[in-house]
Amino acid sequence: MVAHIELKLFASLKAYLPQEAERFPITSGESAEALIKRLGIPLDDVKLIFIDGIRADISSALWGGERVGVFPPVGGG
Amino acid sequence: MRAALGQAIWQVSTPATHPDGTPYRSIGMKDLKKLCQGQGLSGRDGQIAALEAGVVPERYARNVRVYSLEEQVALLRSSVCVVGMGGLGGTVVEVLARLGVGTLLLVDGDIFDESNLNRQFLSQEQGLGKPKVQEAATRVGAVNSSVVVHVHQCYLNEDNTLSILSDADVTIDCLGGLKDRFVLEGATKQAGCPLVSAAVAGLSGHVTTIFPSDPGLQLIYGDAQSLPTAGAESSLGCLPQITTLLAALECSEAARILLKKRPLLRHQLMVIDLDDMGAEVLDLQRGC
Repeated sequence: MVAHIELKLFASLKAYLPQEAERFPITSGESAEALIKRLGIPLDDVKLIFIDGIRADISSALWGGERVGVFPPVGGG
Repeated sequence: MRAALGQAIWQVSTPATHPDGTPYRSIGMKDLKKLCQGQGLSGRDGQIAALEAGVVPERYARNVRVYSLEEQVALLRSSVCVVGMGGLGGTVVEVLARLGVGTLLLVDGDIFDESNLNRQFLSQEQGLGKPKVQEAATRVGAVNSSVVVHVHQCYLNEDNTLSILSDADVTIDCLGGLKDRFVLEGATKQAGCPLVSAAVAGLSGHVTTIFPSDPGLQLIYGDAQSLPTAGAESSLGCLPQITTLLAALECSEAARILLKKRPLLRHQLMVIDLDDMGAEVLDLQRGC
């Protein structure tokens, strides 16, 4: 079943942001890891995932309606 | 003696009013310095004596409507370790000196180069090639000569960190790169010292607060062993507006901790993205 999420990619991951990020189609039950792979983001570049403002495991399932944020490691000062 | 000093300060002080008309007693820098020299007191102790006598050193007149005189004294009695004198650290040092944090422990082994000029407030064309901590100490002396500065011109490692920050009430992580942050975090945990940590890349960045018993950086970066040396900043650089903003947030949180107020970013990650003016406080621990 097709559902939608709001997708936000931070810092260097913005290069992978799809056009329809505010209403990005997913398969209901798709994992965050599968989503990240589908976007073409190397898994090594991902250090932090938030689902609806809460830190989540990469294996977490998405069902539609969530806000998903993905971060690379950021260390500049 | 203390009462006599307070009385002397009161006598030299003058009535003043805040911009909204609220009255207070004020003492200027020169008068206070003269009194301190006569009594063999440091500038910081003189400021504390004034505040305890109910007199506001004029340089803090715009602080003391939000902070009470007792809180300004608490800041003056506090010690903060700032690690990294780059973009974050330069602004943090400036803010803490103006806020009136009484003792600053400044750590950096680096010298200024030209690529620092875009964001590092302590860097100047004339100062390229000079040690960052020396420039920082000079700046603090120029802004608030009553602040006691201890300079550590070295990079952090497992051997030196603990002794450097053992006297700090709060440590502020202003490092660049990733791995050294874990070394610093380890030492703050060992020393029982709260840590406020920020990092930037491009136009975005984040800030958090870590107490010694908290899981800390591993929730943000994962396992320290699996980290690359540098993060997204190596491809995006660091812009001055986000660096300055995050440094100010670090200071705000550090001041709360120094004043025994509830830290607002413990187990939380405040994320700012100036590319879309997005700001959000994310929960680091609930999902664990």
